[in-house]
Amino acid sequence: MKPKHQRLLLAVIAVFALLGAGLIAAAALREEASYFYTPTTLASANVAPGKAIRLGGMVQKGSIVRAADGVSITFTVQDKDKTQKVAYRGITPDLFVEGSGVVADGRLGPDGIFVADSLLAKHDENYVPKELADIDMNSAEHTKDTLSK
Amino acid sequence: MAEAGLAALWLAAAMALLQLVGGMTLLRGGAGQLVPLIKPAAYVQGALCAFAFLALMWLFYVTDLSVLLVASNSHIDKPLIFKLAGTWGNHEGSMLLWVSVLSVSGAAIALLEKRIESKTLNATLAVQAFIALGFFAFLLFASNPFERLVPAPVEGNGLNPLLQDVGLAFHPPTLYFGYVGLSIAFSFAVGALLTNQVGPAFARAMRPWVLAAWIFLTIGITAGSYWAYYELGWGGWWFWDPVENASLLPWLAATALLHSVSVLATRNALRAWTIMLALVAFAMSMAGTFLVRSGILTSVHAFAVDPERGSFILALMLLYTSLAFVIFALRIGSVKQGEPFQLISREGGIVANNIFLSVILAVVLIGTLYPLAAEAMGDKISVGPPYFNKATVPIAVLLMLALLIGPMLRWRRDDLKRLKYWLIGAAAILLWSGIAVWKFAPDIGLFPLLGIALSLALAVAAWLPLRGRKLLRTPLPIFGMVIAHFGIAISVFGMAAESGFSSETLTALAPGESAQVAGWHVKLDDVNPVVGDNWVAVEGQMHAVKNGNAFVLRPQSRQFFKPEMQTSEAALLTRWNGQLYAVIAQPDQEGDGRWQVRLWWKPFVSFIWYGGLLIAVGGIIALLGRMFRRTKKPAKNKWQTA
Repeated sequence: MKPKHQRLLLAVIAVFALLGAGLIAAAALREEASYFYTPTTLASANVAPGKAIRLGGMVQKGSIVRAADGVSITFTVQDKDKTQKVAYRGITPDLFVEGSGVVADGRLGPDGIFVADSLLAKHDENYVPKELADIDMNSAEHTKDTLSK
Repeated sequence: MAEAGLAALWLAAAMALLQLVGGMTLLRGGAGQLVPLIKPAAYVQGALCAFAFLALMWLFYVTDLSVLLVASNSHIDKPLIFKLAGTWGNHEGSMLLWVSVLSVSGAAIALLEKRIESKTLNATLAVQAFIALGFFAFLLFASNPFERLVPAPVEGNGLNPLLQDVGLAFHPPTLYFGYVGLSIAFSFAVGALLTNQVGPAFARAMRPWVLAAWIFLTIGITAGSYWAYYELGWGGWWFWDPVENASLLPWLAATALLHSVSVLATRNALRAWTIMLALVAFAMSMAGTFLVRSGILTSVHAFAVDPERGSFILALMLLYTSLAFVIFALRIGSVKQGEPFQLISREGGIVANNIFLSVILAVVLIGTLYPLAAEAMGDKISVGPPYFNKATVPIAVLLMLALLIGPMLRWRRDDLKRLKYWLIGAAAILLWSGIAVWKFAPDIGLFPLLGIALSLALAVAAWLPLRGRKLLRTPLPIFGMVIAHFGIAISVFGMAAESGFSSETLTALAPGESAQVAGWHVKLDDVNPVVGDNWVAVEGQMHAVKNGNAFVLRPQSRQFFKPEMQTSEAALLTRWNGQLYAVIAQPDQEGDGRWQVRLWWKPFVSFIWYGGLLIAVGGIIALLGRMFRRTKKPAKNKWQTA
């Protein structure tokens, strides 16, 4: 190979490798990026069961039900207008309590129940899950009261 | 003390400015009278920064609560080691550490570096000062660590309990040393570009810094992974969290750079390529700092900060990286092409290494930044392990395959026929181990299977470069390479075994009840309260029995007060072939006296971190080899001339 062409060849290889990386990333993102929904947006979006998504909102008061095995729970996530039932098996985060904010990673089951792999709860006073920062906690709190009436 | 620290920072900034101006007059071609001041300014800047950092550390040591930073991050009752670690366990202090390491390293270069021309050295120091200047501005105008608080509070806020861990106290500085080392490599690269000195001498001057940065990053990532594993109580060792990626990205770039700089140093090839990688490595360490310190992420690493600071760091990052790429574009034409080589050669192998690492880097970078970009457009998206595993693991497999052959190739040109026995041997190991694993566990999954097979082949391949060498006369860097590559085999074996063969049991137990996991019989004997320095906990006492051997496990669920927080302290039982991992959580709400218990058996999981340490040890041996040879060579020359 002529030396002159070597630098060109290396540059071409590098460009192709980066294009390849972009394609791999785009393909994997299309399949694996998980979108964030609240119960309201989830109800209006047409999300296929089994597709990884995140669900955020408030844990409805009185909705946490523990199964006999001691490690499975179901609860309801609500926002202003809608609710969504969630099933989770595992150790719940420390600050996962009724009436507080939660973000669940998981997917919709065929029965319409959201199956969570992990839960992210409000951590401490300084930390709110990013996705919940925009949701007005007070109005959600308020809605809950009107709902329970 | 706080005022003295602040004054030292201002003076250090002035020194950096002096270096920068001196450097600019130098490049103008003028004989500038400022040029001889560049080196002394670098010494003074290093000393002032070291003083400022020690001053802050002193304020934390005496817990001077009239200083805002101390009051909001420390507490009078905190154990001493965490008081000291509190110096850098917060936004302002960590940025001060960053710039102090940068300045002290600048002084070290000015003092020690003798291999490159003084013009290039001065240009390098000027670039270094330019970087430091941005961070001085950031500290002085947007996050002053020495700000006073009036009136002073009585006891202070405390440090996030998750961060109150000895291992973690030294985790951030380790990564910072890595980041800063890459910024020095960058200064060398730009200095050499500006003065037309891109060649082996420059590569040899830059190499120890790249190597050192890479060692620190390797240790930092390994330690961080182990910390996440035992402290978070989730049983995982890598979560593809953006903050983890922030340390992985510079590591990938540094690994690529480390290999290509060797080619430039020994063979005078891959010149533009190496410069490019040095710029990318620096851009990645800036991106890492930005991701972690801008508050754009929510995680234990990202201290709550206001958006103004985030924008400041982003502006700094964009300024430096775009300037660097502009200089690259303008000056790269003047860099002559290096020595040619054939594709089947050591150089070719290293190009393959660089390409695969760059592709992994690009894929990880896209996955890390995509959610941020999407959020700016109004979409809330998260990109998690499924994306990263799917997109990176296949490329990592190719990288491992290249690693089976690359180190055995000769420089310049080689023929695969020469390696035919090893190629057949490698194929045999891959086939045999692949089939054996598949027979043993048909449903293990493709990538864990490939991982085990490749790591076994690499465990052999790593040692082959020593074949036919006289061991006593082999240079230390060769041993370093062999050990680091063997470390990769060990680490990948651990990852593959853990992801392919872990078993998990999640249950609720009352004292006296037991559970099974992977042949272990684990009985919850009792649950008791325990009290620590600044926490209380419930501690489970468990008996784990397998094949007649009994062990005690004591997982805890801890409650901290300042600030209020609950953490899970996993209990780990390490056996030669894996770890038993136990977590206990809050009692059953129904009140029937049961506790949630999660048990994992993780085969060979500790190999992941042993491998990581071996990789770092390999790096240290190589670094010692380089330094040893450096001190030895001038002596030899003296003898020859005498």
